[in-house]
Amino acid sequence: MDQGNLKFTKTHEWVNVEGDTVTVGITDFAVNQLTDLVYIELPTVGSTCEAGKVFGEVESVKAVSDLYSPVSGEITEVNSALVDDQSPLSDDPFGSGWITKVKMSNTSELDQFMNADEYRKFCESEAH
Amino acid sequence: MRNQLATESLFGLSHHGRRGARFPAADVPVKPLDEIIPKSALSTEPTGLPEVTESDVIRHFVNLSTLNMCVDTHFYPLGSCTMKYNPKRHERLASLPGIVDLHPYQDLSGLQGMLELLYETQEMLAEISGLPAVSLQPAAGAQGEFTALLTAKAYFEDRGEKRTKVLFPNSAHGTNPASAAIAGFECVQLASSKEGLVDLDDLKAHLDDQTAVFMVTNPNTLGLFEKDIKQIAQMVHDAGGLVYIDGANMNAILGFTRPGDFGGDMMHYNVHKTFTGPHGAGGPGSGPIAVREFLADFLPGPVIKRNSAENEFTLETPPKSIGRVRSFYGNIGILVRGYCYLRTLGAAGLKAVSENAVLNANYLKAILKDVLPVPNGDLCMHEFVASASKSKSENGITAMDIAKRLLDFGFHAPTVYFPLVVPEAIMIEPTETESKETLDAFAETIRNILQEDPEFLHLAPHSTKISRPDEVVAARNPILQCCEPQ
Amino acid sequence: MPYLFNTPDQQQEMLQAIGVDSLEDLFSTIPSELRLNRPLDIPPALTEMELQAHVSKLAEKNVGPGSRVCMLGGGAYDHFIPAAVDEIARRGEFYTAYTPYQAEASQGSLQTFFEFQSLICQLTGMDVSNASLYEGGTCVSEAAFMAMRVTNRHDRVVLLGSLHPEYRQVVETYLTHLNCEVVVVPCVNGTADPADVEAAMNDQTACLVIQHPNFFGTLEEAEQLTEIAHKYGALSVVSYDPISLGILKRPGDYGADIAIAEGQSLGTPLQFGGPYLGLFSCSQKFVRRMPGRLIGQTVDRNGNLCYVLNLQAREQHIRRDKATSNICSNQGLIAIRAAVYLALLGKQGIREVAELSCQKAHYAAEQLSQIEGIDLLFADRPYFKEFVVSCSEGSDYLLRKARQAGFDLGPELSRFEFQNGSAPDQTGVLVAITEQRTREEIDRLVTALKA
Repeated sequence: MDQGNLKFTKTHEWVNVEGDTVTVGITDFAVNQLTDLVYIELPTVGSTCEAGKVFGEVESVKAVSDLYSPVSGEITEVNSALVDDQSPLSDDPFGSGWITKVKMSNTSELDQFMNADEYRKFCESEAH
Repeated sequence: MRNQLATESLFGLSHHGRRGARFPAADVPVKPLDEIIPKSALSTEPTGLPEVTESDVIRHFVNLSTLNMCVDTHFYPLGSCTMKYNPKRHERLASLPGIVDLHPYQDLSGLQGMLELLYETQEMLAEISGLPAVSLQPAAGAQGEFTALLTAKAYFEDRGEKRTKVLFPNSAHGTNPASAAIAGFECVQLASSKEGLVDLDDLKAHLDDQTAVFMVTNPNTLGLFEKDIKQIAQMVHDAGGLVYIDGANMNAILGFTRPGDFGGDMMHYNVHKTFTGPHGAGGPGSGPIAVREFLADFLPGPVIKRNSAENEFTLETPPKSIGRVRSFYGNIGILVRGYCYLRTLGAAGLKAVSENAVLNANYLKAILKDVLPVPNGDLCMHEFVASASKSKSENGITAMDIAKRLLDFGFHAPTVYFPLVVPEAIMIEPTETESKETLDAFAETIRNILQEDPEFLHLAPHSTKISRPDEVVAARNPILQCCEPQ
Repeated sequence: MPYLFNTPDQQQEMLQAIGVDSLEDLFSTIPSELRLNRPLDIPPALTEMELQAHVSKLAEKNVGPGSRVCMLGGGAYDHFIPAAVDEIARRGEFYTAYTPYQAEASQGSLQTFFEFQSLICQLTGMDVSNASLYEGGTCVSEAAFMAMRVTNRHDRVVLLGSLHPEYRQVVETYLTHLNCEVVVVPCVNGTADPADVEAAMNDQTACLVIQHPNFFGTLEEAEQLTEIAHKYGALSVVSYDPISLGILKRPGDYGADIAIAEGQSLGTPLQFGGPYLGLFSCSQKFVRRMPGRLIGQTVDRNGNLCYVLNLQAREQHIRRDKATSNICSNQGLIAIRAAVYLALLGKQGIREVAELSCQKAHYAAEQLSQIEGIDLLFADRPYFKEFVVSCSEGSDYLLRKARQAGFDLGPELSRFEFQNGSAPDQTGVLVAITEQRTREEIDRLVTALKA
């Protein structure tokens, strides 16, 4: 997936907008911070999520990290293959490592996100 | 030399028909079980416990025990854990009839000796802390933290104040925020100063009328005494909050200074550390707390009181008690050992403990600092936090490599990667019960390790029964018992 | 000074290496106005000989089971402890080791705890056990917290009134200040009425806590109550007596989600209430929500089977304020005792201890209730090894008379606060009978009480 088309949050999620639905994942920066992932907990399809609220978690040997929903809406799909094998999260975070799809209830929430350039700078500042 | 057979899985040793313990036949008239217990409540098949002989059990666990490093066999400089020698007299005395076999609900008339011992323990802990009211109930340090935080909460509520925040520096033990969260407080983590101490500006910026408690370990987890502690306490008190002292590092200051004298309102002891518990491969601990007089009414009950007229000891629950934090009275067996330790040392002995703990730490720091720099502080207290950043950037040797390689040379590893504020942290606490010869040999070994091939070090240890375990495999597909879940 | 090494000469040498003149200089970072300028006011130091004499004298002031017969219960029991248990627990390799963070230097502890977890799973029929919590009371509050995380219901838990009253107090201490309602189901007849339980449950309830056998020694309808909990989407938390599982159905057999217990009966002496052992096990699906340490099996880099602390990311040292519990030190050495005890007893031994305790308790209850003025409370309810008697002359009279004859009974119910009319008869006294009690002792007690 071309990262240029993605939008990014300060909590290191990315979203890809397709109409009123977004695909959500976590960035390579987040995955690298967590090191070897061992577990992911996904939301259930049909449940609602709220922007900025926890909707799942990823775990490595040394850390557990909450996943924050970038947008509000309804979970329409989850990447359940990740439950058994988390390697796509690190091998292909912007492609086969996608986490959920959400049907948005408020598209204006997208306005606050960073583009790829802004996000790269944000990560550089966080790494220091 | 190693008996591989005996350390196979206990369940693998099982053979149908073997017995490790037999019991006498019933000497009362026996009824069919299903006449006295409804059939629906009875199990239809036996448990899946293994069938082994007593000698299987002994050989299995004795051989397993030899796969451990421990204080009885090795130098164990595990920072923050105070792995001092565990006196053998404690084990004997804690096992005396009249101590080890008392039932918690016995009549008080048959418990006066035990209550006297515990009362004296309360008194000594009050004196050492400078905080007069003591609860022996908490089972470990973390429960002591929780208990004190609830005590503070009850105190504020009693005054009609609603304070919601607990503050702690980023060098704090993980139990501090975890206990605060369970006690229902909002956790606020503060920055540390360049010297590795509480950042007064950051503290000031976060103190307000919502601040309930400031938790601080003193000496802190970098092994440094918070020299501004009096001012810190004043700032917290001015904001209407209370100061909690995490007593994990009391081994450095026994008889030199007291939490109550430097502004603390509450503290916990780790009897299993400072007063040589022992550690028991992870527990049991004992985490009694000491608090100021104005908090005494809120402590968990019961506490031990002395009726001086009749020299009789009783159990009483304080009038505004937060309630119980556990069943019965505390981890008495550990408190008895702590009592024996305090009675063995006396005032001068306790002070000598801290003197020598601090001397050993500073000596080791001095003879290691050219190869393992210590980022914070000229003089440390009972422990110091070195950094392997230099060796990591020069030749890739990490704190973990050094820790693991030390095992090959017969030294237990120091604590590594804690506290989080020091990169490549190596936290070394030699304790007072080690000799100069041991410290010299340890330092020499670290020097030698740093000269070794980094690739070889990444694979260390080389002489232990196992090499580095794969933690990722363990966590991805957790196998937590030897039989398939039924 | 015992336990110290440095001679005055060595101290000087070390101070020189540090670059300071005196020991006092090492403490210069402690501001002088904060220093204690007097010796601590604690009793004088004792040599080992003096200490032994002193502590022995204190011990002699107590009256232990050495000189009397212990029929005390209420969550702590006088079961037999085979010598091999003490032998293993007294090995310095176990008791002077720390928490096994360095796996390569701690395989002994790690494998032992892994086997402890396995033994608890076999005993309870549950999928996973942690490596111990503090004791029976905090197990209940930890189970309630876990149920709240699993169900995402944070406002309400339901307990049976027959739960150990001190355990209930612990739960109240932990939960009520978080604005979580603790609802107590009345148990006026010695057990909970399933209809009352049903009435107390709702779809906001995180869990139902059942003690079985309960505080009065009687058996609850644990299976039926578990079904009721599940009907409301709540977890079923069962606090069991580990010895009872030698004959009773295991919590895992009837669908309990979390099984907890006071594990003192498994080879740990009474020692005035602690250290004891919190047993905590649950279904596999909740493993990442569990409190406490877990030991897992894995392989080392050469493919050898080995053991490590597993799923540590749940714990306080990593997850800090979001940890599943604040527990750090657990009850490691007591868990080792329990592992050795269960290994020694095996499936036959645990059954024998359970049966003997149960049969002897029934004999004792029968004999005692034949005494004029003494009644068996909740007589129509089945019980395991403990029961409640009431005395027309009052509980003090009964306890005193028994004590004079060399028997400790109790605890008396009037010692505790019960809620919602549970334990209506405050004259009741618990009597616990383990496999250690003999017919001769029971008969002697009966004779003394008749007199």
